[in-house]
Order: sequence, then structure tokens, then C-alpha cells
Amino acid sequence: MSSKSLGVVEPTFRLRSQKQRVIHTFLRNRTAILGLILTAIILLIAFFADNWFVALPQGKEPTPLLAHYNPLLQDTRNRLSPPDEDHLMGLDSYGRDIWSRIVYGARVSLLVGVSSVAIGGTLGLIMGLLAGYLGGLVENTLMRVVDILMAFPSLIMGLMVLAVLGSGLFNMILAIGIVLSPTFARVAHSATLSVKANEFVEAARAIGASRMRIMRVHLLPNILGEMVVLASIWIATAIRVEANLSFIGLGVSPPTPAWGSMIRDGTSHLFDAPWESLYPGLAILITVLAFNLLGDGLRDILDPRLQR
Amino acid sequence: MLKYLATRLALTIPTFLAVLTLVFFVVRVIPGDPATAALGDYASQEAVEALRERMGLNEPLYMQYFQFLGDLARGDLGKSMITGKEISGMVKQVLPYTLELTLSAIIVGALLGIPIGIHTARNSNTLVDYIGRITSLAGLSVPAFYLGILVMLLFAIKLKWFPAVGGGDLSDWKSNLSHLALPSLTLGLIMTASVTRLTRSAMLNVLNEDFIRTARAKGLSERVVVFRHALRAALVPIVSIIGIWAANLIADSVLTETVFARPGLGKMLVGAIMQRDYTALQSVMVIYTGFVVIINLLTDLVYSLVDPRITH
Repeated sequence: MSSKSLGVVEPTFRLRSQKQRVIHTFLRNRTAILGLILTAIILLIAFFADNWFVALPQGKEPTPLLAHYNPLLQDTRNRLSPPDEDHLMGLDSYGRDIWSRIVYGARVSLLVGVSSVAIGGTLGLIMGLLAGYLGGLVENTLMRVVDILMAFPSLIMGLMVLAVLGSGLFNMILAIGIVLSPTFARVAHSATLSVKANEFVEAARAIGASRMRIMRVHLLPNILGEMVVLASIWIATAIRVEANLSFIGLGVSPPTPAWGSMIRDGTSHLFDAPWESLYPGLAILITVLAFNLLGDGLRDILDPRLQR
Repeated sequence: MLKYLATRLALTIPTFLAVLTLVFFVVRVIPGDPATAALGDYASQEAVEALRERMGLNEPLYMQYFQFLGDLARGDLGKSMITGKEISGMVKQVLPYTLELTLSAIIVGALLGIPIGIHTARNSNTLVDYIGRITSLAGLSVPAFYLGILVMLLFAIKLKWFPAVGGGDLSDWKSNLSHLALPSLTLGLIMTASVTRLTRSAMLNVLNEDFIRTARAKGLSERVVVFRHALRAALVPIVSIIGIWAANLIADSVLTETVFARPGLGKMLVGAIMQRDYTALQSVMVIYTGFVVIINLLTDLVYSLVDPRITH
């Protein structure tokens, strides 16, 4: 008897592999695609800030295609001159080309965003993994520390760490990394707990695998996916915190261009030269939004319940 | 309920104590000697030594720690290392500004965010919803100080509706309110973004539940279904996000106060860091974290009030 006569409907849809499903969900998510495109553009801009040369006519030196001017070059006679053909976004109070400074500033923002999340993610991952797998006193101690660290709002915590370390690029990366680590620890902890309950972990223990091996081979790969998604969302936060700290004046030391400190410089000329603050702020907004859109899309894929 | 309140309060105390301990030690490991910082680099060795003695810096660390806790318990925050003024007096002066800013921002955020969230949830996947989602994500992406600058450019510099900088006179409600308008709009809009997002997703979850279908099947009006049945259940996560964001708002107020040159705790904090005024820094940190601990406590309590499903 054929299946048709039994009234069984043949599946008309194609069964997809997990990978295809993920890619399909991502491609259907228009906001995530927008985020991906924007992120890619910003990465390219930061990467090609000082190369990708183009030779100008009249036998001049080749200049970078994106940032036509040296971001530190001061044209003091034309301080605060408004945007024109030559200087797309005008000049700042030292006569430096704002567009070029924004292009170079992208490097600082991305560097801080990515490396602080890498530091915070690694710290949090180790804490969460140890707490989740070892349990007992280790878990209690580590997670209480995490609770206490989470009691501080991220900016206040960042300010506190920077007060201890002193300002500067590396210290800021470290400070933001420390600020972010408790969130990662919490996620890694709960992910470890749920993976740990699986039978393959018990099987590994039964055949005599060491704790270290179980954590490294069986637990880590299974919780890494969730951590990576979390990372893309927190890069956005890290960039925003960096901008906040630079705005307060604790960021990268001048004259290195950073978006937050560019806005800070501009606040004293808001009346006569608002462009000095407006454009760097737009750069922060677009960058943070791009990472947020991307992270949102990735989260939708991981957690299909949220998709509606 | 009373028992829950007691346990929750009892749990708050060790957390706060741990936070205080952290602040105490962090301030102690800040590089540079506070006495030298107070007197300047050219002070004589004897003068620095005398000041160290007077500030109690020569005491063993654990003595300083208990001294710090004891003073705090009596409400004594010590004296500023730079100005020599009583810190509790300085705090009393600026605290109302920060409180009114944070409270008004929460009100703006709730009044705008909850209705917009409900509206976008009821029209999910339409153009309105799409625009709402992108706008609220943009609101979460914009740094508070940049939004502050935009608001200032539009309403203070271009339209000249409100003063651009300053905190106004607390005793004169008119001057106070006009100075409060722009900072609270700035923080309120940021708050609106997160409240909108959360209200939307919480409402979407609830609107698909069985009891909503039952309520509709009973023939209740859409108004009653949405506001009496759905909103009540969705309110728990909304309250929690308002709580979490209230804690963040206090931090964002640091930036808003800097942009609008408004007196407040945030400005005091930044000043203390810049001038290496350790006693002031320590006090402001204690007050900030105290607020956060209290906000978390209140959030938990409001939880149990708004959600009939939570019993203790």
C-alpha cells in the first residue's frame, strides 16, 4: 500500500541542515543585513584610513583615498572653517580636517571595542566556566563577586578602574574589559550549567577524562557560540563606553583622534562651529547602531522564540 | 510578604557592605599619595608627613577601614582634600539636582515608552513597528552626551526655548524647571528607547497567551483585553527594565551634567577624579552604589506588587 492511499501528505518543503537554516534566518532578517553592511563599511574605512593611495594630478605625492589630510596637521589660519569641497566636514579648532580625524578615529573605536570585548569575554568565560563546572565553593565565591561587580553601572565602574590605572588607550581597553566581564561570566555560567547536564559530559567523566579536558573539549565548544553572539552586542556597548570616557577626558591622550574627545573639543564652539561636534557624534551613532543591529540579528538566530 | 521584605532587606546589607569594601580598597590603590596630591608636588617632606598623620593615613589599613565604616554609619563623609569643605554639605547641595534629573527622566521614559511599545506590539511587522524598532535601537546607540548636544543645539541655540547650561535656582521653581527641561528630555529619550523595546517584546509575548484568547472569546472589549489583561502581565519585565535603567540613568547623568554644565553628583564625581580628590571620590562612589543597591531592592519589591503570579 502506498503512502498516498493512507492519506499521508508528502513533505513539500525541503529539509534544511542547521547551517542552511542559520544562513536563511540571517538573510531574511533585514535589520541584521543592514547591520552587517554598515559594520563592513566601517571596518573597511578603518582599515584603509592611511593606505589605498591615489595619485593626484600635478605630480603631487600620492594621498590616501579616504583621509586626504594628515589628521594631526594643523592649518591654523583656517581654524573652525565650515565644511566645503576640500574639507567635507570642516576644520576643528586647531585647523585639523575633521573627516580625516573621523576616519582615523574609527581605528581607536574599533580597536577598543573589539579588544576590550575580547579581554572581558575571555575573563568572563573563564570565570563562568569554572563556576559552572566546578560548583560548590568556587561557584559561590565567583558568582557573588560577579553580583557585586554588576552592582556598579558600567560607566561608574569604568571611571573607577581608570582612576586606579590612569588614563590612556591600553588602560581604557583593560578598564572596559573588566567592566564587561561580569555579564559574560553570568552567561557562560548558565550556559555551562545547561551543557553540563548532558549525558556526553557524564560519559566523558565515566571514561576518566580530567576536569581540564572536559572543560576544554566538551564544555567550551558548546558555549562558545552563545558567547560570540554576546560579544557582537557588547562591542556596541564597549564603543559607547569608550566614547563616554573620551568625552569626560579620560580616553586616548591627545592629539590622537578619538570620536569622544573630538566632540568634547567641539562643545566650546557649539554656537559658531557646531560641525566640530556633530560629525564625530554621527560616526559614533552609526557605528554603535551597526553593531547593535548585527548583534540583534545574531541573537534572533540563536533564540528563535524572540523572532516575531 | 513581610517575611520576603525582611529577607530581601537582609540580603541587601552584605551586598552593600561588599560594595563599600571594594570602593574603599580601590580608592586606596589609586596611584599617588593623597597627602602629596592635596599639598602639591613642591610641599616639604615634613608637611606631607604631618598631613598623612592628620588624615589617618599612617594607621594600619584595617584601622582605616573600620574608621571609614564607622564614619559612614554616623553619616560623616569626611572633608574634601582639595577644598577642605565638608563633603556631606557638598553632596547635600548637588544631590537634589541629580535626583530631580533622574526622576524626571524616568517619568518621561515611562510616559513615552510604554504607550509606544504597546502600539508597536499591536501593529507588529507593519511600517510603524519597523520605524519604531529602528528608532529605539538608534536611541540605545546614541551616547547620552551627543543626544544632549543635539537637544541643546535645537532647543537652546536655534529655538531659544530653554537655557542651554546651568542648573537654575532650586528655590525658584520656574528657573529650576526651565533648566531641567533639556537634560531630562535627553535622558528621558534614551530611557524611552529601552522602555519601548522591552514593552513591545513583553506585550508580544503576552498577547499570544491563552488567557488573552480566552479574554477575547469572552467578548471583552479590545481596550480591556490590552490594558487590563495583557499590560498587567507584561508589566513585570517592564518594571525590571525601568529599574535596571534607573541605575544606568544615574551613570548617564554624569555625561548629561557635564554637557549641560549642571551641578550634580556626576559632575562632582568627574571633578573628584580629575583633581585626585580621594575623599570626595570615595564618598560619591559610595552614594552612587548605594543608590543602585536601593534601586535593585525597590525593583524587586515592585515586581511582587504588580505581578499576581509572584507570591512570597
